[in-house]
Amino acid sequence: MKTALSTLEMRRATSVAEALEILRDEPRMPIAGATDVYVGLNFGTLPELRYLDIWALDELRTITVNEDVLVLGALATYTMMVASALVQERLPMMIEAARQVGGPQIQNRGTIGGNIANGSPAGDSLPVLAACDAVVVLQSAGAERRVKFTEFYTGYRKTVMRRDELVVAVEVPRVSGRQWFRKVGTRAAQAISKVVVAGVRGEGARIAVGSIAPTVIRLTATERALATGSLDEAMVALRGEVNPIDDIRSTADYRKRVTENLVRRFWTETA
Amino acid sequence: MRFTLNGVATDVAAHPMKRLLDVLREECGLTGTKEGCGEGECGACTVLVDGVTVCSCIVPFGQAQDADVVTIEGLGNAHGLQQAFMDEVGAQCGICTPGMVVAASVLNEDPSLEEIRVGLAGNLCRCTGYAAIYRAILSSARAGKA
Ligand SMILES: Cc1cc2nc3c(=O)[nH]c(=O)nc-3n(C[C@H](O)[C@H](O)[C@H](O)COP(=O)(O)OP(=O)(O)OC[C@H]3O[C@@H](n4cnc5c(N)ncnc54)[C@H](O)[C@@H]3O)c2cc1C
Ligand code: FES
Ligand code: FES
Repeated sequence: MKTALSTLEMRRATSVAEALEILRDEPRMPIAGATDVYVGLNFGTLPELRYLDIWALDELRTITVNEDVLVLGALATYTMMVASALVQERLPMMIEAARQVGGPQIQNRGTIGGNIANGSPAGDSLPVLAACDAVVVLQSAGAERRVKFTEFYTGYRKTVMRRDELVVAVEVPRVSGRQWFRKVGTRAAQAISKVVVAGVRGEGARIAVGSIAPTVIRLTATERALATGSLDEAMVALRGEVNPIDDIRSTADYRKRVTENLVRRFWTETA
Repeated sequence: MRFTLNGVATDVAAHPMKRLLDVLREECGLTGTKEGCGEGECGACTVLVDGVTVCSCIVPFGQAQDADVVTIEGLGNAHGLQQAFMDEVGAQCGICTPGMVVAASVLNEDPSLEEIRVGLAGNLCRCTGYAAIYRAILSSARAGKA
């Protein structure tokens, strides 16, 4: 590990209430499954020195349905979601996404809350949550607020979450229509090649794309064109609204082409 | 900090943010668990925590509190998988082997080739080309049934 251990400090919370009190009194970076945090620490790239271990908060390790809303607790792991009959029934595209995250070791430890809070535009669960109009539940000591998933990110790895808050759950209203998920490119090459698309085809279309912009995005113009026009018109709308991350030019073009192809496939495969 | 290590109640004093991998190798003297990449990608450091595989290079020791940790040493020296890896030459340099064996130890009793591939997707080997590893796991499952 490149980060010097002697500079680091971690507290372990045993209840959500205790964790929120600790965060109220001093800023600390939460650690859930540690699959992002420890990669950063091993590389020596994380400036944080003080941490809060939330892995023991079993209250957040739940998957339930409440008044027709699927509630994924922040500590629900990919393995838990894959095994969940409720997720299978209501959000099969999340199972597709979860199965493709890392290997079993990462799926056993990586959490939905960590994926959301980490906010990498390449996070695989994020297009799923954006496409199904999920709501992030945030708690701080004595307070709770709900933020639409599509308004949670404000920029590259920036969110509306305050440092005294925890993601405690994400709520997914019932999704009507066919769900579709595709991830293109390997993780090793994700910096240049990965595109993730999640789509729902019900009355109209809901399409979210990851890895092509600083945050996950909904293709609202493409969605409108699909609802009223042809696939070709939708492709024109897509070219207008998709501006892939501007690194190497060919890479941006490549991402745009892959996005186009995936949206075409979504539409034909869910017809 | 207390936890169970290979079936034995254990109490180790170490920084809670030390990697579980380093505590196992340094404080506990169990050097069977290897470090390959140190970033969760290769699975050489795979151990079981409460019965499921984890990459011990990205688990803070503090998260092993009260947990049941099993390393390659905990499988004993005569585990069917270990014999099968030797018989089928499922190891060359051997760095990936302990992680492969630990990951294979939690597959179902009679895994198909596809189930083995998926179950070992988080374990990389740069020597064998995998075929001998898969053969070893298949033959160990067959021997278990016989
Ligand atoms: C080998 C490997 C492969 C991977 N493959 C993929 C992949 O294919 N797709 C993918 O999307 N990701 C992948 N990841 C990244 C990672 O596994 C996921 O992002 C995972 O969901 C993170 O969850 P965690 O619980 O481990 O987060 P942690 O590492 O514990 O935390 C991540 C961030 O979120 C914050 N945080 C965590 N939980 C909360 C909470 N409840 N409230 C507030 N803040 C919180 C932490 O402070 C930190 O900033 C991979 C990682 C590795 C090591
Ligand atoms: S050393 Fe832990 S996954 Fe490679
Ligand atoms: S035998 Fe060398 S890495 Fe697998």
